[in-house]
Amino acid sequence: MQRYEQIEPIEPIIGPGQTYATITERISSIPLTDLRQTPRGWLVGFAISFSFLMLFLISILWLFARGTGIWGLNIPVAWGFAIINFVWWIGIGHAGTLISAVLLLFQQSWRNSINRFAEAMTLFAVACAGLFPILHLGRPWLFYWLIPYPNTLGMWPQFRSPLAWDVFAISTYATVSLLFWLVGLIPDFAILRDRAAGKLQRQIFGLLALGWRSSSRHWYRYEMAYLILAALSTPLVVSVHSIVSLDFAVSQLPGWHVTIFPPYFVAGAVFSGFAMVLTLTIPIRKWYNLEDFITMKHLDNMAKVMLVTGSIVFYGYLMELFYGWYSASVFEQYMVLNRMIGPYAPFFWALILCNGVIPQLLWFKFFRQNIPFLFVFSIIVNIGMWLERFVIVVISLHREFLPSSWDMYTPTFWDWSLYIGSLGLFFTLLFLFIRFLPMINIFEMSMLQFSENEKARRREARRVQLAGDTPEPAQMA
Amino acid sequence: MTMQSPEERVDLSEIRTRLAGATGQQYWRSLAEVAETREFQEFLHREFPGGAAEWDHSFSRRTFLKVMGASLALAGLTACRYQPVERIAPYVNAPEQIVPGLPLFYTSVATSRGYAQGVLVESHTGRPTFISGNPEHPASLGAADIFTQAEILTMYDPERSRQVLNNGDKSTWDAFVAAIAPHLAELRRAQGAGLHILTQTVTSPTLASQFRALQSAYPQVQWHQYEPVGYDNVRAGSQLAFGEYVDTLYHFDQAQVILALDSDFLFALPGSVRYARDFSNRRRVRRDKLESNRLYVVESTPTITGAIADHRQPLRASEIERLTRVVAQRLGVTGVNNAELPAGIPAEWLEALVEDLQQHRGTSVVIAGHNQPPVVHALVHAINQQLDNVGTTLSYIDPVEVNPGNQLESLRALTTAMQAGQVSMLVMFGGNPVYDAPVDLDFANALARVGTSVHLSLFVDETSARSTWHIPAAHFLEAWGDARAFDGTASVIQPLIEPLYGGKSAHELVATLMGQVDVNGYDIVRNFWRSRGLGGRDFDTFWHTALSKGVIEGTAAPPKQVTLQATEFPDTVAAIPADELEILFQPDPSIWDGRFANNGWLQELPKPLTKLTWDNAALIGVATAERLRLRNGDVVELRTQGRTLRVPVWIAPGHVDEAVTVYLGYGRERAGTVGTGQGVNAYRLRTSDSLWIASGQLRRTASRYELVSTQDHSSMEGREIVVSGTLAQFRSNPEHPPFFHGEHEYRSLYPDYPYDGPRSWGMVIDLSTCIGCNACVIACQAENNIPVVGKGQVANGREMHWLRIDRYYSGELDNPRVYFQPMACVHCEKAPCETVCPVAATVHDDEGINNMVYNRCVGTRYCSNNCPYKVRRFNFLQYADLDTETLKLQRNPNVTVRNRGVMEKCTYCIQRISAARIKGEQANQPVLKDGDVVTACQAACPTQGITFGNLNYPDSEVNRLKAEPLNYGVLEELNTRPRTTYLARVRNPNPAIEPDMPAGEHHGTETSPHSVIEPEMPADGHHGTE
Amino acid sequence: MTRSDIYGLMAEFDSAEAITKAAHRAHEEGYRDMDAYTPFPIEEVIEAVSPSTTGVPFFVLIGGVLGASGGFLMQMYAMTIDYPLNIGGRPANITGWPSFIPITFESGILLAAFAAVISLIALNGLPMPYHPVFNVPGFERASQDRFFLCIEATDTKFDRRRTREFLQSLQPRQITEVEP
Repeated sequence: MQRYEQIEPIEPIIGPGQTYATITERISSIPLTDLRQTPRGWLVGFAISFSFLMLFLISILWLFARGTGIWGLNIPVAWGFAIINFVWWIGIGHAGTLISAVLLLFQQSWRNSINRFAEAMTLFAVACAGLFPILHLGRPWLFYWLIPYPNTLGMWPQFRSPLAWDVFAISTYATVSLLFWLVGLIPDFAILRDRAAGKLQRQIFGLLALGWRSSSRHWYRYEMAYLILAALSTPLVVSVHSIVSLDFAVSQLPGWHVTIFPPYFVAGAVFSGFAMVLTLTIPIRKWYNLEDFITMKHLDNMAKVMLVTGSIVFYGYLMELFYGWYSASVFEQYMVLNRMIGPYAPFFWALILCNGVIPQLLWFKFFRQNIPFLFVFSIIVNIGMWLERFVIVVISLHREFLPSSWDMYTPTFWDWSLYIGSLGLFFTLLFLFIRFLPMINIFEMSMLQFSENEKARRREARRVQLAGDTPEPAQMA
Repeated sequence: MTMQSPEERVDLSEIRTRLAGATGQQYWRSLAEVAETREFQEFLHREFPGGAAEWDHSFSRRTFLKVMGASLALAGLTACRYQPVERIAPYVNAPEQIVPGLPLFYTSVATSRGYAQGVLVESHTGRPTFISGNPEHPASLGAADIFTQAEILTMYDPERSRQVLNNGDKSTWDAFVAAIAPHLAELRRAQGAGLHILTQTVTSPTLASQFRALQSAYPQVQWHQYEPVGYDNVRAGSQLAFGEYVDTLYHFDQAQVILALDSDFLFALPGSVRYARDFSNRRRVRRDKLESNRLYVVESTPTITGAIADHRQPLRASEIERLTRVVAQRLGVTGVNNAELPAGIPAEWLEALVEDLQQHRGTSVVIAGHNQPPVVHALVHAINQQLDNVGTTLSYIDPVEVNPGNQLESLRALTTAMQAGQVSMLVMFGGNPVYDAPVDLDFANALARVGTSVHLSLFVDETSARSTWHIPAAHFLEAWGDARAFDGTASVIQPLIEPLYGGKSAHELVATLMGQVDVNGYDIVRNFWRSRGLGGRDFDTFWHTALSKGVIEGTAAPPKQVTLQATEFPDTVAAIPADELEILFQPDPSIWDGRFANNGWLQELPKPLTKLTWDNAALIGVATAERLRLRNGDVVELRTQGRTLRVPVWIAPGHVDEAVTVYLGYGRERAGTVGTGQGVNAYRLRTSDSLWIASGQLRRTASRYELVSTQDHSSMEGREIVVSGTLAQFRSNPEHPPFFHGEHEYRSLYPDYPYDGPRSWGMVIDLSTCIGCNACVIACQAENNIPVVGKGQVANGREMHWLRIDRYYSGELDNPRVYFQPMACVHCEKAPCETVCPVAATVHDDEGINNMVYNRCVGTRYCSNNCPYKVRRFNFLQYADLDTETLKLQRNPNVTVRNRGVMEKCTYCIQRISAARIKGEQANQPVLKDGDVVTACQAACPTQGITFGNLNYPDSEVNRLKAEPLNYGVLEELNTRPRTTYLARVRNPNPAIEPDMPAGEHHGTETSPHSVIEPEMPADGHHGTE
Repeated sequence: MTRSDIYGLMAEFDSAEAITKAAHRAHEEGYRDMDAYTPFPIEEVIEAVSPSTTGVPFFVLIGGVLGASGGFLMQMYAMTIDYPLNIGGRPANITGWPSFIPITFESGILLAAFAAVISLIALNGLPMPYHPVFNVPGFERASQDRFFLCIEATDTKFDRRRTREFLQSLQPRQITEVEP
């Protein structure tokens, strides 16, 4: 048993036989590859994403030309896919910061190999998310009226509105995530500068590296600043989705006016974020042979996080139903029944299946470590989280206080095209990222390698002197 | 019967069983979502594969464009036409006092349906923009029906005929005059033989005298009249009863007990607006008026009259006659015997009714519908005599029409003559016989055999297209004329504007026929009245008062003494064969007989009970639907006398079983881009021997058709939305009526916002008197420049009406109780919409009004989501027509025209408020009193159900009403503090029929709010997933 | 003490352990003006060669306080002083404060984050395209897998010969004179 516990930590977060040089070489070689050697697979993937991006642009063009009437919106369902997609994307955008910031604070060094990637994903997801609130406006060209700026109207935004809060939350989140990401990139830019073959490459990366020279004094401030950014991002990431949830919770609509929204939205965000990270890392680690850096242990840990957050979300669903019944208000009670047996009930039950039932499989190590399953599962969760927002937005709106105004909501071609299109934008950015930037944080990996070596040495030493004695705590990671 | 897959079947029986189990607490829902799985599957099918709703709505978009973007041919039309050169007298100010920005009001009368409706026309620097009722006019008393109000849009309709047509080719008036001159000369020589005139019902004294003159010029000229929705039966009935034509005037303000036999007297009669007023005066209850009249309605098709009734029984139209006999017999009318009660009318119900009538001799009235055979009317006359009602609740006058007669026969005579080729010249003043004449007369064919046919009409319609000459007609707002109201009162029609499209009035055309050249309508009308010697020497004063008052004094017809002559009342209606059902033809609640088909406002107006727009349908009862397994939108084939018509089905709760109603007026072929092709043409089934009641088969077909209704769900779901109870309950505890669920105590951490200025606005709507007539909806649309969006957009739930009338059902499926509730922005003091708007585009002003700042709105639509009443409307697309010149002329210059992407909603007619505010401040009377501000809806309401006023003016009516025990706010438990509140609906059922529950305990009884407001959601799949 | 015309002496090591040892030795020797160049931060090395404080947290605090208070005051000013409106019957005064918290928080975070990054870059004297140490042959591997220790000429104990001897005693791969 104890033997096992001592063997256990050997389950590596970096594959065997890696040195600083090999790590650096392996990772940096991808962005440094000559354009002409770009892998065909990448080209195909990029082409597909790009065509969807074009669909996105066309949809936006048509939207601006005709108005939001091209969607299935109506009264009472005045919010549809645009808001659903917004919340969905912003939720996905939470994993990155969480992984890099929160796990950093908790000193989960296994994060190092996925945080750069996750942060990039966050940025692109937030970019997609940020577009939708503007697109969904009736007069999108006036979106800047939501921002406080001196103007001849003498008008201000109406700061009591959750939508005004959104503007600040989203923009702050986007900015801070970007800073966090860029700061993390500086040393790696230096590496790329130093490894660059061509003059142009060297100059570009040299510019980006700001003349970073890996000085210990710089490292000193760097680590401090990075830690502070993490400490700032952690409450930020919680606040952002809480505020997004207030878009609904502040209203008085049955199904929106729910006090548990903030925590359960945040949990949901982490849930969907990790799902998306899995969806993306599993193929990429395969195509770029990064199994040594993104190991089974990473997948296993992410699965565990999803199990926890997924269960919280599930609890949230159940609580909504419970409150609906407990409220003793005809409106709330009807809302609950309408979700479960109303015209959109299949969406609700699909949601329960995707986000409530299936994640329970993750209690078993077999599923946590079964890569094909994890991949499919992560996609199921992505769908489930989208359904969650559909359930909240549409099912609550389509039947509320006065039965006379009840109506159905049917998405149109343009609803779908804009959603698919935003995926196009996301993946286009992602493909560019994995091609032209180090998708894994090189210096952190080297640092990780260093500490792993240290541990290994100490472990070795201990095994030699007192074989079979109590294993040291927290040898995990 | 085609085979159906199980999920396709409407499982009404299953609803029934559920209802049966529901121990009185009926769980009622609109049949749109009966067995909702199907709906949902449709939804799935529509959504996932296809989904491109907006794509295939390219149809709808086209319609929408058609409706709004109408004709660009008008680009050249200059904006303002000048007022007529003749001196017309304004209602208040004299025209030379025109102050730009200040409207002038002129009186006139609308003659859309022959009889005069007194109107006040608002004119902004020479362009009429709004029609409201003329308080001085007996048929209006300030109110106006939907048709009258919508006429303003018709007048500006860019598709009105602009051109004299000769066999379809463009021509001119002069060419016409020149061309018919030889014909006329011939006819003169022939003593007018072969000259035929066809008009609709004419009440114009001037026109009458002109026709008399015409007859002297052409002694053998034939004058025919035909009105597709005419009153032949009524006339024949009086003929049968009294041996002469008389019109019946009803005085519902005197009637305590009313029995309506298939009579929609609140909508379908020339005097309906006035009748509604009289009815409501007796209807409304207050703390200090604990009494109300009682209305019994027996009808086949559900109508608004049936909806407001205290006791309603569905009965096939063909069986009404038998019922009438029974009533007559029970009341001891001589000459009626061995009548037996038709099945479907409970004996005790009849007992109670007869009892009630007998107890109210002299204060009761019985009225029969125009679709009932003459004998029914004769019987009703006899009954009213028997009950001593003549002279109190009704009186008789000489016919208002100048030439009463059997219009159907007169049309038949005409077509026979035409067929025989005896008609060398036919001049048609308005009307559209090719479209609306009984199909068996085959008018179109007959018309082809006429030498020269002349058609004077507003539009180039089906008839114009087949006539030799089409003459564009002048709208009544464009030409001089006169007309008489339902009670005989005559008024002068004064034009507000020169004919936009150079139309000619009937007067001018007749003059032309008599060879009088360049005489104008003004002289004709004025000279006629001068010749009547009215006003004595000082004719000018007389004329001026006549114009400025809008009525000609002393022209109301005096009551006429008649004696009942009928001694026996022969059976007339043939019973419907067992294997057939009854096919009923009724005028459409929105576009009447089709003459309003090209009016976008009326087309998009939800019909009072079905809430259908843009279409007519075959209305059937629930039982029929269940038996034939029909659901909304199934296309059926109606067959009668070898003629067939394919029409989609709509299930109308309360419609009598074994019968189907088809509204007339749809399926126009040449109405214009708005009306053409909407719905199906019921005239194709309508033959001269069964104008109203036919019998035939109904066969389901495989196809379906999308009918668009603005309200899919009709159950109140146990919510306190429309509170209602009985008069007895109210009497039992006037201060705290037992049918209220108890007070909602208002709590807030915030102090109340002080509205202590001179003005603070509020509205009260009396649900007891709301008859759902839609007048307020059209008034709102006209006043506030509300766009028409087209069928496709309505189908998508995007209608723009600021004011809608919600219609709820409770009770049995076959004969539900109906509740109307006008719903517009209630101007919450704690407005949920305002706090969520990120740009402060909707805010309160210091008079308590929830304002919508269009040019600040960026269109997040959050306000609508957070509005519990869902009264906000959003411009999802560019709905307002910015291209059509004439439509621009129509708009109210004081109301912003909203563009794409902004939210809009009821403003309490802020433009009227600010006008009054300015006046008040100028006069140094900042505290506005009752009548200083009258909202458009309030003014239009025939029953004065809407009260609006200044809450900071202590003894304003609105304050008094808010102090009434019946006053309550919808959803006030949400602490929204609505400024528009409602007075609970109080019915006055006959205790003998509906035993009253002791106050307080009203579980599961019809009379209790619990039935109006079903208490709990049963946990079974009511939402239709089974 | 001979004034030197070079930037300093750079010793190259090939393991983290070596540079750690070296850094400590140099510190014990009394060298202060020196810097280590390593592919990744190494605690012990930093302890040996770096100043006592980074100064970053102070600026972050300033930024945070400014952001939060600025955000809150802006909202109060807008909603109660500059353009008070009757929004849903809520009083336009301080009692509306709860609605203003989210934005207060966000603006606080935003400015704090900016302060962190800007102070990091500024205090590190970046961007600095040219620096003497770049002249050292093979220095490009400082960012990858080599470890450098540079004793700068400005150090009081610096002496070309003795310093070089001292560095030699640490068995580096090589020692280079850093051109200024």
